[in-house]
Amino acid sequence: MKFIDEFRDKEIAKGLIRRIQKTSTRPVQLMEVCGTHTVSIFRYGIRDILPNHIKLISGPGCPVCVTPNVDIDLAIALSRQKDVIIVTFGDMMKVPGSTSSLQKEKAEGRDIRIIYSSLEALKIAKEYPGKRVVFLAIGFETTSPTIAVAILRAREEKLHNLFFLNSQKRVPPALYALLHSQQVKVDGFILPGHVSTIIGTDPYQFIAKEFGKPAVITGFEPLDILQGIWMLVQQIEENQASIEIQYRRVVHENGNPIAINKIYEVFEKGESDWRGLGGIPDSGYRFKESYKEMDVRNFEVEVEPSKEHPECLCGEVLQGIKIPLECHLFKKVCHPENPIGPCMVSIEGTCHTYYKYQ
Amino acid sequence: MCLGIPGRVVEIEKNVAKVDVGGLLRDISLDLCPEVSVGEYVLIHTGFAIQKVDEEEATETLDLLRKMAEAI
Repeated sequence: MKFIDEFRDKEIAKGLIRRIQKTSTRPVQLMEVCGTHTVSIFRYGIRDILPNHIKLISGPGCPVCVTPNVDIDLAIALSRQKDVIIVTFGDMMKVPGSTSSLQKEKAEGRDIRIIYSSLEALKIAKEYPGKRVVFLAIGFETTSPTIAVAILRAREEKLHNLFFLNSQKRVPPALYALLHSQQVKVDGFILPGHVSTIIGTDPYQFIAKEFGKPAVITGFEPLDILQGIWMLVQQIEENQASIEIQYRRVVHENGNPIAINKIYEVFEKGESDWRGLGGIPDSGYRFKESYKEMDVRNFEVEVEPSKEHPECLCGEVLQGIKIPLECHLFKKVCHPENPIGPCMVSIEGTCHTYYKYQ
Repeated sequence: MCLGIPGRVVEIEKNVAKVDVGGLLRDISLDLCPEVSVGEYVLIHTGFAIQKVDEEEATETLDLLRKMAEAI
């Protein structure tokens, strides 16, 4: 496919690897923030072809993985209410909550449907005017404008039976929390290409200015990733720290202003809970006053007290503090058919990626 | 979750485009990327075009990488 196959060219990849080898002299630890990067890095064996002193660690960039149990439990509790249809992206189905999952609830007969696009939630709401349709709205800034469009359309079309369990997350505040906590050493960031397609470079400037670390917004094909790593290594060797764009074919400094405006038509920034990282100021979106009627958190519903599996290391894995191989459950009791934590469920979860490729 | 895939716009009607994604035609919303023309490529995420793919930038990047690879 155009814009994909060209960025998988073996000869150019070999040249880039030689460039990295020649440029890099210092031991460095780079974090790929996005789960889609983790998958590409493992799929193309990129960790194995880098010099030994360049280590890649995986970060918190998997929306399914960082959704806290309390929100999954709320979705499960809602699914048990009368006349409710839950609509969700497929990845959320198998994520274990405290005692159940959406998949188990569906098997029990609850009306839970998988959608590919937020616009399908509108269709279902129109089709079933007597039901309350609840969209489990998770995702990073890539997905948020698409959720905002669904909300704006619902308002336009005077749909009163579509609601949102809003658990969206903003990536930059999580990176701030990671750097601030100093629990993991990061010498540079491979920043998420598609989140950045929406938000541009500005929200990341603190990484360079406040923490003195370089970061490169990077695409997802092997040549993109190798070039991103090479750009980072160059900055590190030259003691530079700036936010650069490797993925220029779709990322502009100012992002996508139309998409950003859609988000802020319906949401404002607010604190959000992340699995592993806890509550982070401004790391989520909350409904603006004029759209609060669509917030499912207004529903009166009894939710079981949330609990985590005591041995699951997903929280630490998401911060780059531990790797899946350090988890006692990994591959023994926790595997894709029986995931204990969300990092094993999502196809871009670090545990799932290790299970598949390591 | 943040997967994005490029596709070529083959037809536009109001704010919906028919986009050729690897040989399959799909209806894609242009709400977030309205200024796009037939023949151009867009990056698609969950049924929405979220940005135009800049062919010139892509070619420049590849040319630069090719030169760098050959020169080492």
